[in-house]
Amino acid sequence: METIKTDVAIIGAGGAGLRAAIALAEADPKLRIALISKVYPMRSHTCAAEGGAAGVIKPDDSFDHHFHDTVGGGDWLCDQDAVEYFIHEAPKELLQLEHWGCPWNREQDGSVAVRPFGGMKIQRTWFAADKSGFHILHTLFQTSLQFPNIQRFDEYYATDLLVDDGRCQGFTAIEMRSGQMRRFDAKAMIIAGGGAGRMFPFNTNGAINTGDGMALAYRAGVPLKDMEFVQYHPTGLPNTGTLLTEACRSEGGVLLNKDEYRFLQDYGMGPETPKGKPVLKTMELGPRDRVSQSIWHEIQKGRAVKTPWGDCVWLDMRHLGEKKIDERLPFVRDICISYLGIDPVHEMVPIRPVMHYMMGGIHTDTNAATPLPGLFAAGECACVSINGANRLGSNSLVEILVFGRRAALSAASFAVGVKPGNEAALAAQAEASQARLRELFMRSSGKERVAGLRKEMTDTMEEGAGIYRTQEGLDKSCNKISELRRRYQDITLHDKTNVYNTDLLSALELGNMLDCAEALVMSGRERKESRGAHQRLDYTARDDVKYLKHSMAYFKGLEAPRIDYRDVVITKSPPGVRDYSGAKK
Amino acid sequence: MTENRMGARQVELEVLRYNPETDQEPRYQRYSVPCKNEWCVLDALNYLKDNIDPTLAYRWSCHMQVCGSCGMMLNGEPKLACKAFVRDYPGVIRIEPLTHFPIERDLVTVADDFMAKLKRVKPYLIPAEKRSIEEGEYRQTPAQLTRYRKYAMCINCMLCYAACPEYGLTKSKFIGPAAITLAHRYNQDSRDGGRDERQEEIATNEGVWECSFVGACSDVCPKHVDPASALQQVKIASTVDWYLEHFMSWVKK
Repeated sequence: METIKTDVAIIGAGGAGLRAAIALAEADPKLRIALISKVYPMRSHTCAAEGGAAGVIKPDDSFDHHFHDTVGGGDWLCDQDAVEYFIHEAPKELLQLEHWGCPWNREQDGSVAVRPFGGMKIQRTWFAADKSGFHILHTLFQTSLQFPNIQRFDEYYATDLLVDDGRCQGFTAIEMRSGQMRRFDAKAMIIAGGGAGRMFPFNTNGAINTGDGMALAYRAGVPLKDMEFVQYHPTGLPNTGTLLTEACRSEGGVLLNKDEYRFLQDYGMGPETPKGKPVLKTMELGPRDRVSQSIWHEIQKGRAVKTPWGDCVWLDMRHLGEKKIDERLPFVRDICISYLGIDPVHEMVPIRPVMHYMMGGIHTDTNAATPLPGLFAAGECACVSINGANRLGSNSLVEILVFGRRAALSAASFAVGVKPGNEAALAAQAEASQARLRELFMRSSGKERVAGLRKEMTDTMEEGAGIYRTQEGLDKSCNKISELRRRYQDITLHDKTNVYNTDLLSALELGNMLDCAEALVMSGRERKESRGAHQRLDYTARDDVKYLKHSMAYFKGLEAPRIDYRDVVITKSPPGVRDYSGAKK
Repeated sequence: MTENRMGARQVELEVLRYNPETDQEPRYQRYSVPCKNEWCVLDALNYLKDNIDPTLAYRWSCHMQVCGSCGMMLNGEPKLACKAFVRDYPGVIRIEPLTHFPIERDLVTVADDFMAKLKRVKPYLIPAEKRSIEEGEYRQTPAQLTRYRKYAMCINCMLCYAACPEYGLTKSKFIGPAAITLAHRYNQDSRDGGRDERQEEIATNEGVWECSFVGACSDVCPKHVDPASALQQVKIASTVDWYLEHFMSWVKK
């Protein structure tokens, strides 16, 4: 097997991976950096983020405000030392992007413009129209092209980490173009593999968001933290699940039930604010978990808009006018017209909550280090945790930058002085990884098919681990996912050829999703409280005595994971009441 | 609402297949796929892959016209499969990989040349004056932003290379629409001072002077980036450069 020797390897070339690569290249021009991704960097799902990125820059804002918005938004499950680091680094990272050419929207005087966002007390979201993630990704990718010591391996699919002598020393990957397996040796490694939203049937995620990075670390013994916290974005297109950015509401769009009544005022987010004049942290600018949950209740009460794609509510942007929509939300208009045939300038748009983001992921500390020496992680695949039980919109685009860079600095210093590994041990592991694949490849008797198992998995996740959960539903999901993981052992490929074999890739992705899914439903079953995005109909209150803790899921092969707990770091904000009611201010 | 969108019909897809391990040359395979009228062509392909033929290879991810993965030829025209709707194709839909690129397998093309060209034009900010993070942002007015923003919208989907006759005729020597447009995007950025370096790559025979201004690039661009206008602006600017250098050398560019 061909071996590629490198100093630091990064799996994933989206926002976090690219930011890490640039930070490494800048730190040391002699460092050999390998940037590996199953897709070309520009295809990474960072490109789909629309709204913007939060960073304190305006004189009326303060780090304290950003801190408290984030911690309260996360229902006090955030680690406050991590949040502290994050908010201080945020403006520097956004300025750095500006210096690299990111086309941020501007005020008339040429300074960077900010917009309001849900759950934020002060306007602090930097934005590039409604294509912020796209511009961030392309700015990073293009900037990375000037560093000769970043060697890219586009369309390589990582299969297993190589762990020897108590530290991570590399990984194996399939070069998709040839179907050949390669071994990568690295002194330090960063996983920046993105989210796992494809576990769910109705999601805003790209096809590539299959939890590969999370599963790689998990199978190598690193716990997955807070996996039960799954963010539903309130405004998805009902047929395709395509994201309509929160900026639709922060620019003044409102949510209405079938009677065209602004129902959010009935769920503790009132009083009603003037249409088109949004008030921060009130009504439509409540946090995503609360808004999605209110829509769920409204549907239960029979006040939904009936559509061919299920029960919805209206997103009304008509009062914003064509000029503002074209200037601030041009992509949203495009998408509504393309996929729904509805022009938001003239018509209301039916929407429903859609699975969007994983707050949980690979357990890391504030240095972006996992418990496995030599392995670091950043971005959606990681859980540091600044997002707690519910991420605030526009924090994730900053998280990829702040912790992408942090992971790079940590990995670079770890790599110094690392001695070459045990060749025989690494070769044996790489061979074992290849043998596992060969067995899957050659298997001909199995009865299970990728598409069939995937469908059963996504149905199970929606049913048991959606916006509201119950013991019964979670028990069923745990049993079902466990059954699917066993049946997965019997999966058979149709495609037995080497070049760009997407049948094989889909099978491996499904395996990763099933591992993540089991950690998710098991963690959810054990958390008998309601907090942030984890809402239980049978345990409706937050329970700080028992559950002011991170869930930690440990991989146990085909058995169910072991669930353990870890204390939340509280530095200055004791758990309090989340207040999104304008009336009390 | 919009009842007609929920209708379904069988759509005939004629898909180019080529597996270098098993095929001497590309061939076409016919599939009949039950499609909802609201589906895009990508939905039809996904149905086909999940239910009829798991061996078909194609790239896709975002399903929202922004990742640039699913460029392919639909009835001879370069399109994003997530932006082309089955309702707009009453007959058979012939699906082929983007033309002018080598086929890696089925609808997957080899993108090496495109990636190399992007890198070649130095598509990153070369600051006119260095600035530290502590000094804050470069000032850029909305009007200055507007000068280049359109050219920053390119999603690298490569449709314009498939549409460009010159890229085909020169056997890929031409740097091509997207890469030159990207260079122009940075040249037009008020923060940038790297134009001279980029001109060495793009104001050449393999650069803008290869372009015959057919405008096909702008016609097929799914993001309205308008590469043709970018290339014309580069041509004009480099002509002015030439005159300044040869006849008015005392004038600073």
